[in-house]
Amino acid sequence: MAADNSVLLGLVEEFVSGQVDSKAAETSTGVKNGQFTILQLVEALGVSLSSSQPQTRGRGVQLLSQVLQECYSSLSEREVEVLLAFYENRLKDHYVIIPHVLQGLKALTKCSVLPPGSAVSVLKSIFQDIHVQSLMLAERSCVYNILISLMESKEEELKGLGADFIFGFVQSVDGERDPRNLLLAFQVARNIIQRGYDLGKFVEELFEVMSCYFPIDFSPPPSDPRGITQEELVLSLRAVLTGTSQFAEFLLPLIIEKLDSDIQSAKVDSLQTLAACGLTYSHKELAEFLPGLWSSIRREVSQTASERVESAGLSALSALVSCLSRSVLNSDSEDVLQVFLSLVLKDCQHHLCEPDLKLVWPSAKLLQAAAGASYRASLIVSAAIIPALLEQYNNRTQCAHRRTLLEVLQGFVQPTALSRPADGEDSVLVAFQQSLCGVVFSALTESSAGLQVTATRVLSALGQQPGLMAQTDVEKAVDHLSRLILEEDDPKLSSAVVECSGSLAHLHPKAFISRLIPRLKEEILSGQSDAAVRQRCVTALASVSSLPSVVQESAPVLLQVLASAHTGSCGFSVEEVAAVCISLQKIAEHARDSEEIGRFFHDIIIPHLLGLCLQAALQTRDAGHSSPLTDKAVLSAVVPVMSTACAALRSESASRMAAQAVSLFLDGDVSFLPENAFPSKIQLLQSQAESGGLSQLVCLLMACVCSLPRSVEIPEIDRLLLQLEDLSCTCTHLFSFTSAAKCFAGLVNKRPAGEALDAVLERVMKRISVELENTSSAQRTQAFTLLLWLFALLSDPALGSQAADGFGVLMSDCLDVLNRGCHADVRIMYRQRFFAENSTKLVQGFNSAEQEKKSCYLKALSHIVSNLPRQVQLTELPALLPLLLEALSCADQAVQLSTLSCLQPVLLEPPEALRNQLEALFSRLLALTTSPAMKVRIASLQCVHALSRLPEHTVLPFRARVLKALAVPLDDKKRLVRKEAVAARAEWFLLGSPGGR
Amino acid sequence: MSGGTRLENANPLIFQRSGERLLTATDEDEDVADPIDDREIFDILSKSINDPEHPLSLEELNVVEQMRVNVNDRESMVSVEFTPTIPHCSMATLIGLSIKVKLLRSLPDRFKIDVHITPGTHASEDAVNKQLADKERVAAALENSQLLEVVNQCLSTRTM
Repeated sequence: MAADNSVLLGLVEEFVSGQVDSKAAETSTGVKNGQFTILQLVEALGVSLSSSQPQTRGRGVQLLSQVLQECYSSLSEREVEVLLAFYENRLKDHYVIIPHVLQGLKALTKCSVLPPGSAVSVLKSIFQDIHVQSLMLAERSCVYNILISLMESKEEELKGLGADFIFGFVQSVDGERDPRNLLLAFQVARNIIQRGYDLGKFVEELFEVMSCYFPIDFSPPPSDPRGITQEELVLSLRAVLTGTSQFAEFLLPLIIEKLDSDIQSAKVDSLQTLAACGLTYSHKELAEFLPGLWSSIRREVSQTASERVESAGLSALSALVSCLSRSVLNSDSEDVLQVFLSLVLKDCQHHLCEPDLKLVWPSAKLLQAAAGASYRASLIVSAAIIPALLEQYNNRTQCAHRRTLLEVLQGFVQPTALSRPADGEDSVLVAFQQSLCGVVFSALTESSAGLQVTATRVLSALGQQPGLMAQTDVEKAVDHLSRLILEEDDPKLSSAVVECSGSLAHLHPKAFISRLIPRLKEEILSGQSDAAVRQRCVTALASVSSLPSVVQESAPVLLQVLASAHTGSCGFSVEEVAAVCISLQKIAEHARDSEEIGRFFHDIIIPHLLGLCLQAALQTRDAGHSSPLTDKAVLSAVVPVMSTACAALRSESASRMAAQAVSLFLDGDVSFLPENAFPSKIQLLQSQAESGGLSQLVCLLMACVCSLPRSVEIPEIDRLLLQLEDLSCTCTHLFSFTSAAKCFAGLVNKRPAGEALDAVLERVMKRISVELENTSSAQRTQAFTLLLWLFALLSDPALGSQAADGFGVLMSDCLDVLNRGCHADVRIMYRQRFFAENSTKLVQGFNSAEQEKKSCYLKALSHIVSNLPRQVQLTELPALLPLLLEALSCADQAVQLSTLSCLQPVLLEPPEALRNQLEALFSRLLALTTSPAMKVRIASLQCVHALSRLPEHTVLPFRARVLKALAVPLDDKKRLVRKEAVAARAEWFLLGSPGGR
Repeated sequence: MSGGTRLENANPLIFQRSGERLLTATDEDEDVADPIDDREIFDILSKSINDPEHPLSLEELNVVEQMRVNVNDRESMVSVEFTPTIPHCSMATLIGLSIKVKLLRSLPDRFKIDVHITPGTHASEDAVNKQLADKERVAAALENSQLLEVVNQCLSTRTM
């Protein structure tokens, strides 16, 4: 014990007189270990604490405070009481001691065993003895932290202090400037407001001391370690200001005043704060200021150039209206909502009658925001606006006017989340149902495409609300839509019509099945209409088919089209047949959500498609008559139909599908195909000498089996793989061997790793290295070894550039087989790893290669880089930049183009490394603006344009040079090049010029 | 635009914008030369110049119309007529200057550029036309950094 004492005394002595700071840590470790107690420490400190030298006393208190910060949790209540009394007393001491005293108090207030009454006495002494704002930054933060921890643990006691506490807080915060402390102060204020402290008569004082920061304008210093953002400060201040309705009478005039400000962020902040008020205030607080607020909001929305201000203004209005809608009506007072809305209506309504003036839209948006705030508001606004709009519509005869009016109307028809009628309430539009439908139908018959497009939008909005369209209206609408599909050839209009049919068909399938589909079917198969009409019909069929009942009607129609294309009865072109397949694919995409559609595809559509293609192939072989279904383009369009449908199959039907497909292709088993009229022994996987024919159907096998889920067992997979390998290596027909290789790749990709897989790969690798000609087998995720072989090819002059393109294949997502949609095993970060493993080899190869072969390496490199994700591009760029710059001066236009396309997005957020290379970059880019290839010129001009957004000081030195160089492409012979040149040159002119950027 | 200032014309007529120019097959053909035509100049002017008062483009305010833009590529001539929104518009000179500067920056040197007010649409038409036609005065105006600032603001693409 005695030894401990002397140790402690030694530590204290060294700390206090020896000024050795590290001894504090040792002492607190000792206290924590139980080597000494706090009492012993205080005794040991006795001399220094009562010294007449303030510095010595300071050192003593500092040691005690530092130890307390470490060990406050182990103190007993009695010890805390004594220590608190000591510290409170020390607050009156010399100023050099105060910082340490506050540190000690901060530690003590974190104790869980604060004796009753201590919180009050601590606060009283702090407020009494200290002038907070004359302390340093860290000490002020101590005071706020003390307040925060006391508010956490001793809420009841502090509330007992009443308004004195508020007053003390107001006094200590008044004049705070540091953002870090402000965040703490805002937190205290928020606690005061939200936890129901009695503000007493200091409401205005508290508001004043907080609101002087509003609106916050803060730009953090560039190297701010704390990372406080303006956003953080704005949000915490907003929580304080809008936290209580007691502030309303001060805050609302302040907002009105700040809305007059010239600074845009101040306006936005004020409007957002106002919107936040709407949540906590009631109509009583708002009532007095409503006219002022409304005129400010109206002015901002109608005069602003900025979308941010506009949307903030609209949401503020919407918040005000929904706040008023919550108010409870008294029998004697008037309805505030009604009063306010009539003010809004009075100011806005007449602008709606001038559809070609500027204020139409701001007024319409204001009214829509007000109407969208609550059901009641939408009732009041619609009752006034919709009849007026309908009347206007009927009175105006110009299409442009009618269109504007209809567009405005559309905003009122679409209910928002807040104004949606509750259960049992009718839609606000019920009263106008008849006339609305009438207007829409009349607009659909107008000659202006723009008007018709708007009408289809209103129609979808009407159709989506229950009770707004009677059965007869729906039928009429469907008739109009089918007429438009058949007659109108404006691309915008037909896409709008198709979209509208899609959304209505989802709710009213019966009308579409009975009226639209038969009519379109008749039109397509009549053989008299021209290709464009048929194309629109097919697209429309695809878009209405989202429900199983509709699919069962529409998909057979498309199949019928394919069948008649096969027989050649209606003269369908190859493009049309491919378009039909694309529509089928769109329908197949719905199989993912509905099992019924999936089953329908599995049972009917896929067998029929397979049967048709097989028939076509056989017929071509035997009779020499060529059906469109043997065309490569059509087959490539059939593939996604099948693979999309198969990817959505559930386990049982998926394995049935696999078995059927494999037995068809391996053994020629045609039993599951419809119209069984095939020869019994057909060999689909044999490479015939003749051009493709049957062998190209292997792409259909790929479509069926490669997209099935990985869990599905493929029967006889080894035999299948062997056959595919044979086909891909021996067949001479390009489409066949590519598909076979893809199918092979897809199957290999799905196999679990293990010996069997390794054996297969090894066999293939051997074979490939023997038969080098078949480069397209490169399609495999496991192709790392194959790559070495590609490297060997890069220095072979003849095959070099083909091999470089092989890199492109490896890096890009393959649409048919190896993507996630087909359940392929795509390993994460595959591209990054590939890049990491190979870029160094490429760079080395480049450096050692002879001059004329360098371009192959550059091509391979630019293929790889342009397929990398952006984040990786940015981190890897510094190392690759010299090479990419080299690639820009390479003569191969394809290399230039792919390098430019990967540079351009990088230039929008340029990495630091680019700064040093600007000179080289500019000279190469500017040289390329006169390249013979138009695409290179365009891409290089886009890069030059992007460079103008770099920080001004870095690019300003190049301004004159760029402007001079860009004068040349202004006179380019191609318009598209001139357009880019004009855009780029305009930006460069603005750079560094007054009023520019 | 500050909240308190009064606008000269607070509620102007606005006009529908024409769509994007349709891309044709010859546009992408390397071998065909596309001459500079009316529509191209109109696109340059209408999309990228803002009215000094309103956040609207000159096309939406009908200040510039395609039929009032005449281009002769072979003779290197461009003539643009613009129509101020109101006859007493004090901004007419500024709008004209902006159009002129935009064309100077966007056209090859060989072009002679003529910008003037549509006859009969402005009170002090002649004075403005004279100013715009005077090369010395245009050059002098662009030396004035305050004026250049306003012009550049009109020519900045809308990003706010």
